[in-house]
Amino acid sequence: MVNKVMSAKDVVASIQDGMTIGIGGWGPRRKPMALVRELLRSDVKDLTVVSYGGADVGMLCAAGKVKKLIFAFVTLDFIPLEPYFRKARQNGDIEVVEVDEGQMLLGLKAAAMRVPYIPTRIGLGTDLVKHNPQIKVIDSPYDSKEWVAMPALNLDVALLHVDKADARGVCQISGPDMYMDDLYARAAKKTFVSCDELVETSAFDSAENSRLVFWERSETTGVVHLPCGAHPTSCGPAYGFDTKHFKEYATGAKEESGWSDYVAKYVNCTEQEYLDKVGGADAIKRLPLPVF
Amino acid sequence: MSSEVSLVDRIICAAAQAWKDDGEVLATGIGLVPRLAASLCMKSVNTDIMMTDSEAWIVSEPVPVGPRGDYKIKRETWMGFSRIFDNVWGGKRHAMVGPVQVDRFGQANISMVGGDYARPKSMMLGVRGFPGNSINHANSFFVPNHSKKVFVEGEVDMVASVGYNPARLPKGWALEEMTDIRFIFTNLCVLDFGGPDHQVRLVSLHPGVTAAMVQENTGFPIFLPESVQTTAAPSAAQLAQLAELDPHNLRASALGA
Repeated sequence: MVNKVMSAKDVVASIQDGMTIGIGGWGPRRKPMALVRELLRSDVKDLTVVSYGGADVGMLCAAGKVKKLIFAFVTLDFIPLEPYFRKARQNGDIEVVEVDEGQMLLGLKAAAMRVPYIPTRIGLGTDLVKHNPQIKVIDSPYDSKEWVAMPALNLDVALLHVDKADARGVCQISGPDMYMDDLYARAAKKTFVSCDELVETSAFDSAENSRLVFWERSETTGVVHLPCGAHPTSCGPAYGFDTKHFKEYATGAKEESGWSDYVAKYVNCTEQEYLDKVGGADAIKRLPLPVF
Repeated sequence: MSSEVSLVDRIICAAAQAWKDDGEVLATGIGLVPRLAASLCMKSVNTDIMMTDSEAWIVSEPVPVGPRGDYKIKRETWMGFSRIFDNVWGGKRHAMVGPVQVDRFGQANISMVGGDYARPKSMMLGVRGFPGNSINHANSFFVPNHSKKVFVEGEVDMVASVGYNPARLPKGWALEEMTDIRFIFTNLCVLDFGGPDHQVRLVSLHPGVTAAMVQENTGFPIFLPESVQTTAAPSAAQLAQLAELDPHNLRASALGA
């Protein structure tokens, strides 16, 4: 029986310069941040990143790892504007393909379906088609209208975080939303998943648990056991996002040395040291879920 | 009575009318004032509209904003983000959103400000769902600070949502099947697109505001009908419902007070 358990280092070792990587989650929610930190510790560069962006995008931009960003938004939600993403954009440091949230879903879906594009009305009449020359407007074989052909977002690698997984790559998301993680898994050549808990396959015997599995294990390349691996983002229902940590991160960004200070404190260390610095796993599990 | 009504309460109650004739649509209010407007609408104006808890569920009654204490949400169905798009693309939704810039065509922007897209003067959120929302279903806007910075003279710096701009009409499409912008609620007035050729039209003025003041703070000409009403004051029943929907009075600072 296949055993897909690996380390975060193994995951990053399979990411090469210039690859296109998709990062699951949404804004400050269920991002594979421990895997992102491992990526920050590596020499990998010139990445094309596809993300419903939060601090994952901000940090990769701050570290100079992003060549091109495919995004619909980058936000920490309760802090609306992501500071390092803003700097990168305002300095013209990164190429961007700015798309609608739903268009991004269609691009991932097209990749998952192995078709070159999905037609949509989204983007017509807007500057998306002006600023993204690679997104074409086409004629329909069935009517006399123009439509946008949203190109497939083929990913080399997807990085995701879930609450439970087994060694074969069966992954469970118990939070209220899987966002587009299922599509990222299907759109990627290789999908690496960090999990809060590594469980026996028998954990999925129950209908309740198996209903919370949203892609087949054949879509999972590797599983990394990283407790609290989404921190400082949330992994509902287990823990909410860490507002105190995000405030420190965003306040630091106002200083010239903000990013290097953050790296020195929270990146240049082991994950165990990281967890100790942010208060430990028990404190993380007490972080309240946000109320909207 | 009416003189004691706070401006924000008047705006919320006026904005609650936006979904009045919509029937069963998903009403989405982004931000506190639109969210409370949608909630109040579901309580009192159009009880058929659907709402989410702003997370992942459709709820059968609007969820109060802020800490909920013992309140338990009443779920009707799952409404995660992927399913939101299924709903958007079917058109049965009316969202009220807060753009950073709006132009005379109703084209709206929340992405970036500045003349150079490659190096924005100020990067904001990105286009989020504006392109898809605007071409798929009805939209209204809430603008807390009515000024020429928001209501810009030319086109918005990044057209994130489609408006009634004939120059941007794609082949084979009619403006009216692409765009359905209902109302703009601001701290000065209520506007719609009911002027000639979808020109922005003054619908009502909040107490103490004149049409001239609105025009002075708008970067494009507004169509002035012969008679303009004062924005209606909320009823006592509506104010009581609003207090239930916003038990911590978060709306008190919603206009930047």
